[in-house]
Amino acid sequence: MVCPPPAQLSSLTLLGFGDCGWGATLLWGFGNSLMIALGAYAIGFCIGVSGAFGKLYGGPVAKDLLAVYTTIVRAVPELVLILILYYAVPALLNEVMLGLGYERINLPQFITGVVVLAVVQGAYQIEVLRGSILAVPQGQIEAARAMGMSPVMLARRITLPLMTSNAIPGLGNLWLNATKDTALLAVIGFTELTKATFQASATTKAFFTFYGAAMALYMAISLVSILLFGRLEKIARRGQRDARG
Amino acid sequence: MPIQGTTAEKPIAIRVAGLHKSFGTHEVLKGVSLTACEGDVVAIIGGSGSGKSTMLRCINFLETPSGGSIEIGGEAVAMHGDGTPSDRRQLERLRQSLGMVFQNFNLWTHKTVLENLIEVPVHVLKLPRAEAEARARKLLARVGLAEKEGAYPAYLSGGQQQRAAIARALCMEPRAMLFDEPTSALDPELVGEVLQVIRGLANEGRTMVLVTHEMKFAREVASHVIYLHNGVIEEQGPPAEVFGAPKSERLKQFLKTVG
Repeated sequence: MVCPPPAQLSSLTLLGFGDCGWGATLLWGFGNSLMIALGAYAIGFCIGVSGAFGKLYGGPVAKDLLAVYTTIVRAVPELVLILILYYAVPALLNEVMLGLGYERINLPQFITGVVVLAVVQGAYQIEVLRGSILAVPQGQIEAARAMGMSPVMLARRITLPLMTSNAIPGLGNLWLNATKDTALLAVIGFTELTKATFQASATTKAFFTFYGAAMALYMAISLVSILLFGRLEKIARRGQRDARG
Repeated sequence: MPIQGTTAEKPIAIRVAGLHKSFGTHEVLKGVSLTACEGDVVAIIGGSGSGKSTMLRCINFLETPSGGSIEIGGEAVAMHGDGTPSDRRQLERLRQSLGMVFQNFNLWTHKTVLENLIEVPVHVLKLPRAEAEARARKLLARVGLAEKEGAYPAYLSGGQQQRAAIARALCMEPRAMLFDEPTSALDPELVGEVLQVIRGLANEGRTMVLVTHEMKFAREVASHVIYLHNGVIEEQGPPAEVFGAPKSERLKQFLKTVG
């Protein structure tokens, strides 16, 4: 069917899921944004936990490597990092693949996006988690050591639960960053929410409608996240008395 | 009052020999030794900075000795040349046989009192949970905290926290107990309830090494008293001698000031 000129359509029709609506495109982008953010955040968390312990308790080589990683990633604008990693990493990978006699491969944009943002997230999470480990009262760690706990069990049963309440505000910030950093992937042509919004509004010229809708969606993620992190913090703070007395 | 000479027949629980400890260039312990046989209560006294807490903390390697040797239950802790422990698993196993009580209690704040007590028995010693809980409840009743098993440490008084910490150490059924100034962080009116618990342990013949500022208490419960000064043992002996007839000028002076 042929749609009438967009100027004659209501905002509701434009945002709807009918033949002339862009709702499906926006939701597709929204879903992509969420999945990329979740993937990057989860991988970033693994990097963060191991990196934080590595920075505090690792050998000199591990400490130096981690310092280089966190310094570079946090020093360079994320947009630049994304461009570098998006173009340089696949090129490098293909050099290696071809050198080893394999076929050239094309990394799916989704995977590249997740990996790139995870590298960024990891660097920031290392620092948040390192700080929260340092804030765990030394005496409680000592008590566990004195009772014969192994280092791994101590980390899992004592240090990690105790550091969580310190880490959650910072980790919450980073999660909100992660959801919004997905917008940067628009520059590499990945259809996440911002790119989808751009396409919809460029075609229909209904800029206000679509960017307003995008804003509402980003806002929705943030509000739900803030609620969830609040819940988590409450659980993590069990046993602590309210600082306000 | 323990009779001298009887200790020789009892098995040795803890032996520290020629212990040295330096922090950087500052030598805190300059070759101190200690032997605690089963059932002994060894009290370490001394002024601030004398090295008494460091000596106690070297026994379970919370501080790494710079030299000397440590034996727990006749088993020497394996050490590298620089004093660092060389066998992590052995050290963990030996630590499980020493119950440590700290000045600042150091209960785990994210766990209830009962969870604090059963944490190591269940997860390290692999005791069945029900058995660990039964053991823990018995100990909590003994230290007068039966009603507090579900409370988080932050909601207990200092005296209650320290009694819970003692019960936590006992819950591992240790061979010996180490007390590091257990009443120093308590308000004066709470000291008595904690000393009462420790006195009970001494009376039932538990082996303990106790660093304390409570001279009257040390005199009452100890079978052997060590007076440390500047990292060396200035004087030691049965409490009646050390407190009743101090030989060195320094100890006389010290006892006068702590009164």
